[in-house]
Amino acid sequence: MDNTREKLLEIKNLQKHFNIDRNNVLRAVDGISFDIYKGETFGLVGESGCGKSTAGRTILRLYEATAGEVNFHGENVHAKKSKKELKKFNRSMQMIFQDPYASLNPRMTVKDIIAEGLDIHGLVKSKAERTKRVNELLETVGLNSDHGNRYPHEFSGGQRQRIGIARALAVNPDFIVADEPISALDVSIQAQVVNLLIRLQKERGLTYLFIAHDLSMVKHISDRVGVMYLGSMAEIASSEMLYEEPLHPYTQALLSAIPLPDPEVERSRERIILEGDVPSPINPPSGCRFRTRCPFAMEVCGKVTPESIEHKPEHWVACHLYDDRYNEEYKAKQ
Amino acid sequence: MSKILEVNDLSVSFDTYGGDVKAVRGVTFELNEKETLAIVGESGSGKSVTAQSLMRLIPMPPGKFVNGSIIFKGQDLTEKSEKQMEAIRGKEISMIFQDPMTSLNPTMTIGKQISESLIKHQNMSKKDAHERGIELLKLVGIPTPEKRINQYPHEYSGGMRQRAMIAIALACNPKILIADEPTTALDVTIQAQIMDLMKELQEKTGTAILLITHDLGVVANAAHRVAVMYGGKIVETGDVDEIFYNPQHPYTWGLLGSMPKLDNRDEELQAIPGSPPDLADPPKGCPFVTRCPFAMKVCENRMPEYTDVSNTQKAACWLLDERAPKVEIPESARVGGTKVHG
Ligand SMILES: Nc1ncnc2c1ncn2[C@@H]1O[C@H](COP(=O)(O)OP(=O)(O)OP(=O)(O)O)[C@@H](O)[C@H]1O
Ligand SMILES: Nc1ncnc2c1ncn2[C@@H]1O[C@H](COP(=O)(O)OP(=O)(O)OP(=O)(O)O)[C@@H](O)[C@H]1O
Ligand code: SF4
Ligand SMILES: [Mg+2]
Ligand SMILES: [Mg+2]
Repeated sequence: MDNTREKLLEIKNLQKHFNIDRNNVLRAVDGISFDIYKGETFGLVGESGCGKSTAGRTILRLYEATAGEVNFHGENVHAKKSKKELKKFNRSMQMIFQDPYASLNPRMTVKDIIAEGLDIHGLVKSKAERTKRVNELLETVGLNSDHGNRYPHEFSGGQRQRIGIARALAVNPDFIVADEPISALDVSIQAQVVNLLIRLQKERGLTYLFIAHDLSMVKHISDRVGVMYLGSMAEIASSEMLYEEPLHPYTQALLSAIPLPDPEVERSRERIILEGDVPSPINPPSGCRFRTRCPFAMEVCGKVTPESIEHKPEHWVACHLYDDRYNEEYKAKQ
Repeated sequence: MSKILEVNDLSVSFDTYGGDVKAVRGVTFELNEKETLAIVGESGSGKSVTAQSLMRLIPMPPGKFVNGSIIFKGQDLTEKSEKQMEAIRGKEISMIFQDPMTSLNPTMTIGKQISESLIKHQNMSKKDAHERGIELLKLVGIPTPEKRINQYPHEYSGGMRQRAMIAIALACNPKILIADEPTTALDVTIQAQIMDLMKELQEKTGTAILLITHDLGVVANAAHRVAVMYGGKIVETGDVDEIFYNPQHPYTWGLLGSMPKLDNRDEELQAIPGSPPDLADPPKGCPFVTRCPFAMKVCENRMPEYTDVSNTQKAACWLLDERAPKVEIPESARVGGTKVHG
């Protein structure tokens, strides 16, 4: 990548904590920093509950940040804004939601769901234009115009998710947070949607934050990928580098866990199976948050929180195994 | 291998505002002891309706059995009363769902939910059921089960809920476990744990698993046999190796071609153009005809019969008719030599 790339978003030490009760704070996102360049797809992966959706939502200001900054076009998203500014902002940043069931109003027809954004932002002039736009959008996401008059409950899981995508695309945003947009879709439709997202990106210079747990699809669609673990960022690299040479032990385990669509390979493969669950973000482990499951944990890992190091150009990792102050023993074993 | 379930020519429809939706149209398959049969296929192709039919979980109305039978232990499940089904559900045939929260009761402790089924189906005492509950939670890998058993579902993580649901499903050693997208909502490291767990339990108990998924990686990892569904029909079925290395149906080709291969990122995915048929008005002939690159005139008008490819593999496609032109498996659908990363 060259130096001319333009930062569309700059996320600096972003934190989002939830107050559970008087004594407990849940550190859903606990100080993550990364940039998203204009026209790129930044993939965000990590285990369930690690804070991906919260990060996405806080970036869009669907949640107020606890600390840190999100600069969009150089402007702090979390600064004070008038209603009008917020509305404009809402149109340029859209979200495709993870849960196709909860995000669609069961009492509205599919047509009205998709057209809601068009109506709010006054993007269509006549009823005929509205219908035409909706039909185009339905077709874009692999449905047909007859589907417009039906209700969400009449659709299968995959079909409902496509409705959500059509809704987000309706207002022509600059930046889309796609939160697991294809997890519920059949692969042939996943491919259509991913090809579509890539095509739309090329045509309109869209920028995506693509949240997913399907790592092969993340690799396919993303220019760069960030790996989150328990509210923190473990590793950031271009998708090629990340998959060729994962540095963080968590990334290594994550890649090894992907089942590959090749029965012979699956039968002969050795996996790193991580033990146990992700610890609670209410009371995260001291030092490195991955240490309780890490096969390489050292004494220092419980005491010092690793900082993100640029181990190779553009390849960042937060792990003491790559810090020369602590890694003598590990290096000797390699 | 002994057969434990036989589904014959099953058809299920829904009476809806948009017309009669023919969700499942003449599906035939069998399930053997100790085996995992994966059902893959297009979204909306009838996988869940098929699975729910076996458990008689289809709301009727609007749903109805139009035709066919589901033979389990010599009896047709389509003819059972709700009362009779209650004795089978959770005892002989269990189901785990994609979203554990839809089947777990949020107001009841996990322990209570496990014991309930044991008390009901196995006449266990409260105390024994509690003990067995702890054993089951331990079996599915829940740490400190003596404490965890008294917690509510919301106090569990997503992966733990899925494991708890498996524990509940397996409480009475069912003959059949139906898993509808059991790991879709889970992260891959947890998915790997759950898949391992299901295999391990299958080894121990001989339970047959009907696995519905759209992740072909999961299929390659876990299935012995595969049924590919499209437009309410099974269009191809075979052993897992046959489906991956010698697929015969153009939809199976499309499915394999549309997966991202971890080793090449730049190529555009081979999406199957178009959308699945509207099951309120399904095509007269092959359901894939509108999207198939090889479609011929006959495909529009007549549904192809199954052609046997081997003893274990068959596909319903006119290309397999001896009068049809020979078509090679497209390059994009070729699987093999996948590079392992990490
Ligand atoms: N509104 C909320 N109030 C309290 N806690 C929350 C809220 N939203 C999220 N959390 C918690 O914050 C943590 C991060 O959740 P988040 O939904 O961001 O995870 P995720 O990485 O998107 O996971 P998944 O892959 O399961 O979607 C979790 O522990 C979650 O329980
Ligand atoms: N209660 C219902 N009322 C009306 N139609 C229904 C109902 N349940 C399912 N259908 C229809 O039946 C068809 C098959 O749905 P089913 O849920 O079995 O699909 P699926 O193969 O499981 O898809 P997915 O992969 O998206 O879960 C769909 O066209 C769906 O719209
Ligand atoms: S029967 Fe015809 S339309 Fe259907 S898959 Fe075969 S060639 Fe294609
Ligand atoms: Mg999420
Ligand atoms: Mg389904």
